[in-house]
Amino acid sequence: MNIDLTIAIIITMVGASTPLLLAALGELVVEKSGVLNLGVEGMMLTGAVVGFAVTYTTGNPWLGILAAGFAGACVSMIFAFLTLSLFANQVATGLALTIFGAGFSALFGQSFTGKPIKLFKSIFPDYLTEHPILKVFFDHSPLVYFSLFMVFAVSYFLHKTRAGLVLRAVGENDHSAHSIGYSVIKVRYGAVGFGGMMAGIGGACFPLLLTPQWVEGLTGGRGWIALALVVFSAWKPTRLLAGAYLFGLIATMEVYAKAAGGGFRIIPSELWASLPYLATILVLVLISMRHKMSSSAPACLGKPFISSN
Amino acid sequence: MKLINRRNALKIGGAAAALPLIGIPAVAQKEKVRAAFVLIGTPDDNGWNYGHDLGRLEMIEALGADRVETATVTNVAEGPDSERVFRELAQQGYDIIFGTSFGYGDAMLKVAKQFPDVKFEWATGYKTASNLSTYNARFHEGRSVLGTISGMMSKTGIGAYIGSFPIPEVVMGINAFHLAARKANPDFITKVVYVDSWFDPAKEADAARALIDQGVDVITQHTDGPAALQVAEERGIIGGFGQGADMSAFAPDAHLTSIIDIWSPYYIKAVKSVLDGNWKEGTSWEGLAGGEVVIGPYNKKIPADVVAAAEAVRLGIIDGSVHPFSGPITDNKGELRVEAGDIIDDGEFWGVDWYAEGVEA
Repeated sequence: MNIDLTIAIIITMVGASTPLLLAALGELVVEKSGVLNLGVEGMMLTGAVVGFAVTYTTGNPWLGILAAGFAGACVSMIFAFLTLSLFANQVATGLALTIFGAGFSALFGQSFTGKPIKLFKSIFPDYLTEHPILKVFFDHSPLVYFSLFMVFAVSYFLHKTRAGLVLRAVGENDHSAHSIGYSVIKVRYGAVGFGGMMAGIGGACFPLLLTPQWVEGLTGGRGWIALALVVFSAWKPTRLLAGAYLFGLIATMEVYAKAAGGGFRIIPSELWASLPYLATILVLVLISMRHKMSSSAPACLGKPFISSN
Repeated sequence: MKLINRRNALKIGGAAAALPLIGIPAVAQKEKVRAAFVLIGTPDDNGWNYGHDLGRLEMIEALGADRVETATVTNVAEGPDSERVFRELAQQGYDIIFGTSFGYGDAMLKVAKQFPDVKFEWATGYKTASNLSTYNARFHEGRSVLGTISGMMSKTGIGAYIGSFPIPEVVMGINAFHLAARKANPDFITKVVYVDSWFDPAKEADAARALIDQGVDVITQHTDGPAALQVAEERGIIGGFGQGADMSAFAPDAHLTSIIDIWSPYYIKAVKSVLDGNWKEGTSWEGLAGGEVVIGPYNKKIPADVVAAAEAVRLGIIDGSVHPFSGPITDNKGELRVEAGDIIDDGEFWGVDWYAEGVEA
């Protein structure tokens, strides 16, 4: 394999990984606060259609990204209200949010189908993005750099700030956090809203970074992979980065290997497609062999908090 | 005037006894037909479903809104969900029901048996019943035209075919494309990538990137969207083709031409036969000659000699002088599959499970 092809594969892999990374990072924070939101796919679709619509209408992808994040946060608030204020079952409500997002995006996007936009490409000068070697660092959409920045921002927030400590406390032991005076519900509203924003921006990656169009169901189930990635990462942002890029690499190698032909064809297409899921199961087994699962999953994950006073 | 003779009276009685809630009068000629269309997606997909819906609208225009009333059910998944939809439509008294996806077959066959007075039409199907017909189009004939253009225009001599699943229709589209390209360039190679979905635009786009990174400079696809074309435009390769509809809006420079599906001739014929009371079970498979497969406008950047060669293939297929699968054809494992002077006929078509020499799949 030559160097040009390796670089091309890396650039495609980074693009394929970015929506997963963004959405999974948001979900990681949500789950760290003790809430399980299975509506990632629905929030991504909402972000994808709103991001497309605003970019198409204004011609400005930055506005599109902002709007996508805002739209994702808005729909996540439906989930937050139902589960946190009305104590609805989180699993059922999350699934309902996915169905809602799919329906809403299809309806809202009807008038935007069949219209092209431009990809949101690298903003670095041409001599960097077209340099045969350096382009591996510079030929990426701003969304890619944003996602990498967010990995370290989320990691810093969770482990180095007081607010992050409170969020983790709420996820590990909601009643203790409550008894020392923290508002469990407010913290969780904030986390769910952040998760919605990140899923929305992750969804906007589809029309802005991968395929510049809107069609119904554009995200093609990537929201579920994002959910799997959170477990895969054992709720650690840096490991999430590695996981997202590994998943992206598997998906990218699948198409490159098929296009190359020859010996790569020995691996059947169906096996390629199931590799990310097999990898998740494998990692889960490895984690649970190394130390108890309870040390990685937030203790209050998915449990409703009902204040005792 | 409806003529009620003894036979018809018996039929009405029989129908009324069997289906007391429906009461479809089983008379021969009809004043007005109620036709239902079941789609796997939505008409705004700019591709497959759009084509069927356009066919429906043109059919209404041709027959007159006073003689035909239609209903469209969108986003119907293949499998058990579709069976429910077909049964409900039949119960609501639709006279003829079109199911426009391959995977509706089992459900349609089952419901057709329960509603013998309702006519069913299964697009791209392979099995008929006394009240179930199939209809399809010879898309592969259009692929021969695209292959001719690709073979003449490709500089690298490597073309790509992004497919959904390796079903006979797709395999034969690949063979038709490749065989035509090889007539122009005997060393032409076609790289095939299956994305294992009819619809996953992000994966189609990544497949197109992977192919272009490995030397492909013309791409055709057998999936429903413009994702691959947009990558072709972005990368500035020689080009790609619209599938199902003209997609030049997505890729003004890379869009060389398109295969457009025209379903209205069939829909007019089928609904009219119900109006006239002479609908019959059958299998329809028209192509370029029947006007069901149409080649869209050629991009201005295509040289005149290439357009002439493409037109020669198109007109040759229409008048029968060119056949997409004329021998000798050797497969990509070196076995001679079709003798010189022989062709793959309609009966053999569906059984082909090999790729022509030079296809990398």
